[in-house]
Amino acid sequence: MTSRHRASLLWTPAVILLAAGSIIPLLMTLWFSAQHYNLVTPDLTGFAGFENYRLLIGDPAFWASLRNTLVLVGSVLLVTIVLGVALAVLFNQDFPGRNITRLLVIAPFFIMPTVSALIWKNLLMHPVYGVFGIVARDLGGTAVDWFADHPMVSLIMILSWEWLPFSSLILLTALQSLDQEQLEAARMDGAGAMARFVWITLPHLRRAVSVVIMMETIFLLAVFAEIFVTTSGGPGTATTNLAYLIYGRALLQFDIGGAAAGGVIAIILANIVAALLARTMATQLEA
Amino acid sequence: MRMLEGFLLLALTVLSGCGSNDSSTTLSIATVNNGDMIAMKKLAPEFERQHPDIRLKWVVLEENVLRQRVTTDVATGAGQFDVVTIGNYEAPIWAKQKWLRPITGLPAEYEAGDLLEPVRNAVTYQGQIFALPFYAESAMTYYRTDLFAKAGLQMPAHPTYAQIAELAHRLTDRPNQVCGICLRGKPGWGENIASITSIVHAFGGRWFDMQWHAALNTPQWHRAITYYSELLKTDGPPGATSNGFNENLALFASGHCAMWIDSTVAATLLYSSVHSNVAGKISYAPMPTDQDAAAPTWLWSWNLAVPASSKHVEAAMEFATWATSRTYIGLVAKTQGWLAVPPGTRQSTYDSAEYRNAAPFAEFVHNAINTAIPRDSGTATRPYNSAEFVAIPAFQGLGTQVGQIVAATLTGQSSVDTALKEAQTAAEHAILQPGNAQ
Repeated sequence: MTSRHRASLLWTPAVILLAAGSIIPLLMTLWFSAQHYNLVTPDLTGFAGFENYRLLIGDPAFWASLRNTLVLVGSVLLVTIVLGVALAVLFNQDFPGRNITRLLVIAPFFIMPTVSALIWKNLLMHPVYGVFGIVARDLGGTAVDWFADHPMVSLIMILSWEWLPFSSLILLTALQSLDQEQLEAARMDGAGAMARFVWITLPHLRRAVSVVIMMETIFLLAVFAEIFVTTSGGPGTATTNLAYLIYGRALLQFDIGGAAAGGVIAIILANIVAALLARTMATQLEA
Repeated sequence: MRMLEGFLLLALTVLSGCGSNDSSTTLSIATVNNGDMIAMKKLAPEFERQHPDIRLKWVVLEENVLRQRVTTDVATGAGQFDVVTIGNYEAPIWAKQKWLRPITGLPAEYEAGDLLEPVRNAVTYQGQIFALPFYAESAMTYYRTDLFAKAGLQMPAHPTYAQIAELAHRLTDRPNQVCGICLRGKPGWGENIASITSIVHAFGGRWFDMQWHAALNTPQWHRAITYYSELLKTDGPPGATSNGFNENLALFASGHCAMWIDSTVAATLLYSSVHSNVAGKISYAPMPTDQDAAAPTWLWSWNLAVPASSKHVEAAMEFATWATSRTYIGLVAKTQGWLAVPPGTRQSTYDSAEYRNAAPFAEFVHNAINTAIPRDSGTATRPYNSAEFVAIPAFQGLGTQVGQIVAATLTGQSSVDTALKEAQTAAEHAILQPGNAQ
């Protein structure tokens, strides 16, 4: 037995496990997406061809969900990166109580999504009991009904609050690796604070920012718990993203075929995004 | 190698050792996390004591999660559950699909004749009972006597929807955070659609005409949805689109609503000073009426059924019978008091003087359940024989979709006209799915 054969013997089980864990579900999803399969109407079965896809693409809710997914991911990325850079710069300074405040900023990341969504929904944003409403009324204004009037903005707020710790943490560690002598040299050459930030700090953060973008995109494409707990995808389809649409098809309408078709489209979308990200990452790392 | 063998053997013994060696049967019971079902779980050791060879394993879930778990299990024949808790919506549909065991051979002391007729009819398919009613509810109008007295108003004995709107308008007191009326606004076929369907029926509307054509884009629906959405917008609580039964219960119990039209099951909670701040200040009236005075109002029940895929049918039947029997109701009364007995299922409960003493609303609820689905005029114009839902498989999906569409009229995202056009299209699509139009 050559050493190569022996080596393949060792890695085969791992490959089989990986294949079983990813390829088989993928093939099953493809198979189901081409079937007439609704749990509650077992009268209609058999091969559907592209019927499920046709129905999905003809459904305005599907296009709304695609748009919502992109809006959600894009806005949360923008908010977390801009505020994340600001917080990272702030926490890179020395001030009394820095360690405590750092800990407080990171804390939201450790709260389970369902719990933080519930806290936001009932304790903060509720127009009757919520802190925001009480403050607004005390100041003489009227309480905003967040989830009815600004559902998407509310979700972006919650998700940004959850993901800000992650981005500021990554960016802070990147900042700490910034060469202080470089900054000092720039200052001696007469560069102001703004110039130093734009020409030294920001370029230094580029790689960290792309890491944040990639990690957050992966998780934000599949946001579910926050939507489920707060708006249930509504009002109308205002906050239904692709993940929630698929959930609705599979477990509210019990339409396995339609849900599988949605799943296949989600896989394609995720792969397009992943390919784009991998490409920019690769050029970033080369630079 | 020998070590590996030994390890595998050990693992196998441990795995198989989990199941015990004795001949007892373990029943898996799926149920809802409502107070009445949690009481059933608490009292179940009594059943186990009487049946030493049966053990009970409980899966207690929130209503929507339960429905998802049970539907996927029963529809795929997975056989995970031996006793499932289902609504009167599922019972006839699942019976037709042959997913449930017919309930046969009920012992004489079970007194199937004691079950309230509309409740029994709701779980009967082609003359055969497929599920045993555990608890049932209709709906009623709750109102705050103190607020009515303060405003110098009186609740009519049989209010109409127009009167309710008028009262709501005069009772709304925004500075004190009291709104005239609370209604369900949270999208879902079991949430806002239950309220909306009962209004539509009262206004003379229907989901489908006698030929099972969708009938949502009609003057009746138009009037009903305009009424509902105007009423909630002007005199409802803020954030109405996120209020389901539980949220409205909290609002009413904490004093934020002057009136509330919802399930009769809330009465037990509102009348207990432990759960509600308004316990001494409430009264009730029947559901409001409009054009169609004989329209179906509201009838919901939770029932215990045995899926066809169960492997312990006999033991499962034994348990379902026990938990819905008169003996069980007596047991609850003895251990937790008469107010806590599961209501709505048996004539004998309403005949009991103790129950009528403990629950002042007993006779009222009894009557509401008995008249929820009128036998003649109301139903003759509708092809379905249910009250706040339509018992067809597509209704879960359709109801939730229409629920979202109607919720959008509350937030002003869409007008009643566009909403009803969309809802009509959704209903036309849904009814085309096979197995729906009977």
